[in-house]
Amino acid sequence: MTMPETTATEDLQYRLRETAQWVRMQALQMVHHARIGHPGGDLSATDILVTLYLGVLQIRPADPAWPERDRFILSKGHCSAALYATLAATGFIAEHVLGTFMDPLSILNGHPDRNKVPGVEANTGPLGHGLPLATGTALAARMRKEAWRTFVLTGDGELQEGSNWEAALCAAQYGLDNLVLIVDRNRIQQGDFVDKIIRMDPLADKWRAFGWQVAEVDGHDYGELLHALGSTPSVSGKPTCILANTVKGRGVSFMQNNPKWHHHIPSDSELEQALAELKGAAV
Amino acid sequence: MKESMASERETFDCRDIFASTLEEMAAEDPRICAVVNDAVGSTKLGGFRRRFPERFVNVGIAEQNMVGASAGLASGGMIPFCCGASCFLTARAMEQVKVDLGYARNNVKLCGMSSGLAYGELGPTHHSIEDLAWTRVIPNLSVIVPADPVETRSALLWAREHDGPVFLRLSRMPVPRLFPEDHRFIPGQAPVLREGGDLTIFVNGVLVVRALQAAERLSQRGMEARVVNMSSITPLDREAVLRAARETGAILTVEEASIYGGLGGAVCEIVAEEHPVRVRRMGVPGVFAPTGSEAFLLKHFGLTAEGIETAAVDLLRSRRAP
Repeated sequence: MTMPETTATEDLQYRLRETAQWVRMQALQMVHHARIGHPGGDLSATDILVTLYLGVLQIRPADPAWPERDRFILSKGHCSAALYATLAATGFIAEHVLGTFMDPLSILNGHPDRNKVPGVEANTGPLGHGLPLATGTALAARMRKEAWRTFVLTGDGELQEGSNWEAALCAAQYGLDNLVLIVDRNRIQQGDFVDKIIRMDPLADKWRAFGWQVAEVDGHDYGELLHALGSTPSVSGKPTCILANTVKGRGVSFMQNNPKWHHHIPSDSELEQALAELKGAAV
Repeated sequence: MKESMASERETFDCRDIFASTLEEMAAEDPRICAVVNDAVGSTKLGGFRRRFPERFVNVGIAEQNMVGASAGLASGGMIPFCCGASCFLTARAMEQVKVDLGYARNNVKLCGMSSGLAYGELGPTHHSIEDLAWTRVIPNLSVIVPADPVETRSALLWAREHDGPVFLRLSRMPVPRLFPEDHRFIPGQAPVLREGGDLTIFVNGVLVVRALQAAERLSQRGMEARVVNMSSITPLDREAVLRAARETGAILTVEEASIYGGLGGAVCEIVAEEHPVRVRRMGVPGVFAPTGSEAFLLKHFGLTAEGIETAAVDLLRSRRAP
């Protein structure tokens, strides 16, 4: 009997699409409100975040500190607007709090603070911190003989930070098959295309050479994301790296694949157009 | 360690009591683990590795990951003691110390070994005289410089109970036992080791014994120095500093560290704002040390009983000058 399962997956994918649309619209409004932020990366990471929170992570929004929860670390902490909107969509924080994004004394700082925001596992912002932290939480699960898994999301430009590769060596040496790295590979960093700054390709080969199990997916395809994230650990004794190919600024025609929108702020009319495009997209 | 050993002349490498105490704590508490950067021998953690291999993580020569992974271990419910040469542990991973430990308040115990000038002839790359200035400005991070084996053990036991990041700055230079077995390290409390009314010497770590010797020599010349053990840099005993300023009118700070930003800097900040008196800071005066053993370099920078005595006399003379 595969029929009910298929229906469940279709239902989930519909819910992911609907939530992602809402998260994208919220994130852009938050950045517009704050007059500061990183809309391009928010939009490239949204489908990954939504898939994790609604379809993969074992979490309890009403009990954020549930000891057996899966850990998710947003290493690219500058994409906080998308994270906060996802946390609101999941029930970790109230929706109205999103309206305080980066306001004076708001709990929603430009980069996430685990001591202030329920559901946030790590204080990130400086790049290259998430993977070492995730390596530590995965080691902790092993030492404590706990079944929870650790997921960490980095950018692709972020992998230029050497600390990632220190952690990559360590996770492979310790055979951390309870650790999953997802790379939001939108191929753009702050200043330009990654290829034009410091090339990271062939990225899959690098991770394989470091002893990781590697999968490559379309980072906007819920079916592919669910399959890749849901089937980890795929190889016993190896950490997993999922290269999620994404488009920076995904969903807004004039932001897509344009380095300018790393941290450019939409004007009133640009916001209006962006929201119209997102709303008009088929769910 | 035998109880009968408390002879003045017998000296101890505090890493031994560090290692045995850590093993003892790990035997009692399954949350305790050790993280090292290949420096198993110089941190004396060979015994820990043998007894608790599943709680021993060697990240290799990779300090950013060492501190970051320690923070992850802490957020996953462990109590990691993250151990390495102080020069690399701090300088190489300072952003992880700031963000992953201080800002995120992860319960990691940083153990900086062979700090100060301990590496002697290996040179300024291996000296760790900046670590106090760097760590002292990080909110939520306790900074402790124990003086002898008793205080080292007591500070470790306290660190285990304290829910928050700690930087323990340890040395390898042999020191005599100064405290009775029942001495307890208390954060923010600076015990007076010797009373005196003419000046106060604030000192910590391996130099405490030298400051006490200097005070004896001063006493023979008719000058009584109060000697205060400032092992707790953060939190700092403000009242002890203000009492010293009010009651003795002159302060000498002595540390195996840069005179900028560490113990001397901390004392000056309080004195300048609240009760200005003459202060003289002893330590490494803003230079990279020349080649030489730790003993040679301490002498070179005046950090001996004689050197501290001379500085104290100068300080008292300058205070009396119009």
